[in-house]
Amino acid sequence: MNLRRDVFQAIADPTRRAILLLVASQAMTAGAIAANFDTARPTVSRHLQILTECELLEPRQKGREIYYHFNPGKMKEVADFLEPFRKLWDDRFNKLEDIMKTYNAKK
Amino acid sequence: MELKTKVNAEEGKNDLLITREFNLPLELLFRACTEPALVEQWMGTRVLKMENKKHGGFQLETRDDHGNVVFEANGTVHAFVPNGKITRTFEMTNASFGVQLEFMEFEKLTDDTSKLTIHTIYRSNALRDEHLKLPFKQGINWAHNELEKIAGKLK
Repeated sequence: MNLRRDVFQAIADPTRRAILLLVASQAMTAGAIAANFDTARPTVSRHLQILTECELLEPRQKGREIYYHFNPGKMKEVADFLEPFRKLWDDRFNKLEDIMKTYNAKK
Repeated sequence: MELKTKVNAEEGKNDLLITREFNLPLELLFRACTEPALVEQWMGTRVLKMENKKHGGFQLETRDDHGNVVFEANGTVHAFVPNGKITRTFEMTNASFGVQLEFMEFEKLTDDTSKLTIHTIYRSNALRDEHLKLPFKQGINWAHNELEKIAGKLK
């Protein structure tokens, strides 16, 4: 249960979401990731640590460098949690909109 | 892609926020949410009672083709301001997550667009998450619709 809480905390931060978007397209080193942000390097390191702890990122040693890989499986867990509920309301509201557009036309 | 309907449920909290912008004038949006015949159409449930006033109550019910009740909900209205807001309780019968407090706010954006915000408060974070994790009937409906489509093609 604690692990899931961490995932949500991880994606609650805009910088961490930006990091995830970056790494999702290609694995990157901490330095390369930090180069994309104005934030101080230790701050980025801290973000990477949190993202790694909750398994959204996976660090892999490649030669002398550590590359951070995105873990889509973990991200899916987060998306799956709310998506059916959101979809339910989205469908209902789309229907509401359709109904009322015809209703309006009939007036 | 920007999603039209947004659901915000912060981890560890006992509330959730649903927001949606409609391509409808405020008055029409409000009508859709308060006139029983209209609510029935988009909510996909029967409206047994809907008293749109302070201290009023509402009752919803859905039955399957065999007449069995598959969904039942009710609540009482605490505040009712036409084209403005509805504050009410909402309780699904036989659901383990109890009663919720709902703040529905209706806003005019332009002459032809409006926004609905539903702020729902559960008794606890655990109960909220229990509700969100329900295998939604929508999923089942969707499966049925897909099945019908496929079956239709077979004819």
